[in-house]
Amino acid sequence: MRFLTSKLLCSFAGAMAVSAAALGLEVLVPVSERGLPKLAPIRSTVVAPGSFIHPQPGEYLRDGRPTVAPRIAARIDEPIAIMTYQVSRDEYARCVADGACKPADAFGSGDVPVTGVSYLDATAYAAWHSKATGESWRLPTDEEWAFAAGERFTGDVEPLEEDPQNPAKGWLSSYKQEVDMARQPDPQPRVRGSFGTNAKGVADMAGNVWEWTSTYYVRVTIAPAGDAVESTVDNCGVHVVEGFHRTYMSNFIRDGKSGGCAVGLPPDNLGFRLVRERDGAVARLLSRLRTLI
Amino acid sequence: MFTRREALIGAAMAAAAAAAIPAFPALAQPAADISALPRQKVSLVAPPFVHEHDQVATGGAKVVEFTMTIEEKPIVIDDEGTTLRGMTFNGSIPGPMMVVHQGDYVELTLVNPEANEMPHNIDFHAATGALGGGALTHVNPGEQVTLRFRATRTGTFVYHCAPEGMIPWHVVSGMSGTVMVLPREGLKDEKGEPLRYDRIYYVGENEFYIPRDEAGNYKTFESLGESYADTLQVMRGLVPTHVVFNGRVGSLTGENALKSKVGETVLIVHSQANRDTRPHLIGGHGDYVWEEGKFANPPAKDLETWFIRGGSAGAALYTFLQPGVYAYVNHNLIEAAELGATAHFTVEGEWNDDLMKQVDAPRPIVIN
Repeated sequence: MRFLTSKLLCSFAGAMAVSAAALGLEVLVPVSERGLPKLAPIRSTVVAPGSFIHPQPGEYLRDGRPTVAPRIAARIDEPIAIMTYQVSRDEYARCVADGACKPADAFGSGDVPVTGVSYLDATAYAAWHSKATGESWRLPTDEEWAFAAGERFTGDVEPLEEDPQNPAKGWLSSYKQEVDMARQPDPQPRVRGSFGTNAKGVADMAGNVWEWTSTYYVRVTIAPAGDAVESTVDNCGVHVVEGFHRTYMSNFIRDGKSGGCAVGLPPDNLGFRLVRERDGAVARLLSRLRTLI
Repeated sequence: MFTRREALIGAAMAAAAAAAIPAFPALAQPAADISALPRQKVSLVAPPFVHEHDQVATGGAKVVEFTMTIEEKPIVIDDEGTTLRGMTFNGSIPGPMMVVHQGDYVELTLVNPEANEMPHNIDFHAATGALGGGALTHVNPGEQVTLRFRATRTGTFVYHCAPEGMIPWHVVSGMSGTVMVLPREGLKDEKGEPLRYDRIYYVGENEFYIPRDEAGNYKTFESLGESYADTLQVMRGLVPTHVVFNGRVGSLTGENALKSKVGETVLIVHSQANRDTRPHLIGGHGDYVWEEGKFANPPAKDLETWFIRGGSAGAALYTFLQPGVYAYVNHNLIEAAELGATAHFTVEGEWNDDLMKQVDAPRPIVIN
């Protein structure tokens, strides 16, 4: 019961955020004629359905101790239409010019991923973009992102060593793993496409821009024996961020270096890309009908 | 290039230094026939490490020879690639630590290579007279100088470059370091019982003032001279853009994290040549701390945070009791987390449940 309550609370909060953004849109004027650079059409890649092993996001406890997150055999039943590239500065600038998005923290324009954006910014953009296109766009779930990332998916940096008598073993092991990843900070966003496409045709996955997902942080207690979930506590004020590795950030954070923990590998940049809901075609039709009337 | 005002300040400083010299403990050792003393040549080691040394002196006073070469060079100080027009003693920020015993003579040869732009010198807070040696060590590019001073007082002491009219600029460009003068019989607690360390780490804290362009991006300069006016402008605002350990953000984290073991006693020497700071070991303590860094005073005990006055170096002795990843920070946490003043210790060993245990892991709130 508790599980349900907390899930509902998170969905409610999410819905509130989206509808607030949508309300804001009612007073907006189209922007395309304001001397902003002409945008290339949004390219999306359709990722075919399939199955994969999905290490679950969140923190898992068993017997009162951190444990490796379950690796679930996940099935994606429907094709995922995901933006081939992350949302660019120029694209995001349209939303800002329309008054529906706050200016990003990162300077500049161009065909470069927008960075310095929070979860709240990303969802505001999704609402604006949906309105502007008459389609239904949203952030991908962690499962969708992981599936679309394919061979580039890493997940959490989990300790290789755990000792029930010595919690420090896990901390030191995680620290060492992050050091061994030997990833140098790479804070300058590059022209879109610079990190190439993965086997599924999606560009710039796990480059130097980490991406917001719609999956929020959970802490799950697993029963001492078996896989049964004993309790779940959701925190919808924190969302999963995916990229070179998986991490978790408060919704309002725009710079991952400030938003992270005292110890750990921070994301170079925070950005996002969107997926199109399958009902997009219907929405598009409805929108056309509305304009006709 | 002296202005009248600077000359007056100089005179006042010299007078104050003369007045401060007491006729006791520091001068308890009679002057030696220096030419007859044994000489020891020491190769300096870049921080956070310290050259090999005895904690308890063996034999009598000696002359310890050091050489430092001044390097002016651009130095990247953060992950974004922000570049400082750096000035350094021996290529590192901070300059290397020199360790001697009380009564020994420090003999430093300071080399200013031809390729440098600026004249430099060195002011040793451990030395007596001549503006800490500053007045006797001016070297232009292409010159070298040798200074000898007697280490009369024990403790950790800052040294820094101090050329007339440009002292703060040289210091905040990286030119500072530390001398440690150990008591001949080693460190002692407040009862006179010996204290020993298994490892010593030397953390130099610096704050930088990097100018920005109109768009808010950090500027880079082609030369020291070109950077001067803009840098001075930022310095006068007294708001640093970076506060870092060992010359750059993240220099003592990740691969370069400091290492120790449970049961090991570590002496952490912390210097700041210009600005106050307050080191804190998150999850640990200072067992014995010489905040002012002067070993003639009994150490404070069990400190949570210690205060290092700008222009001094302090020393904290701690025996690690619990394994894990520790953060060693300037406990102005904005400076630690946002501006860079964070180091990490990775400490191996067995966990002590008696000291700490998570009795009940996080779970939904219990409703009775």
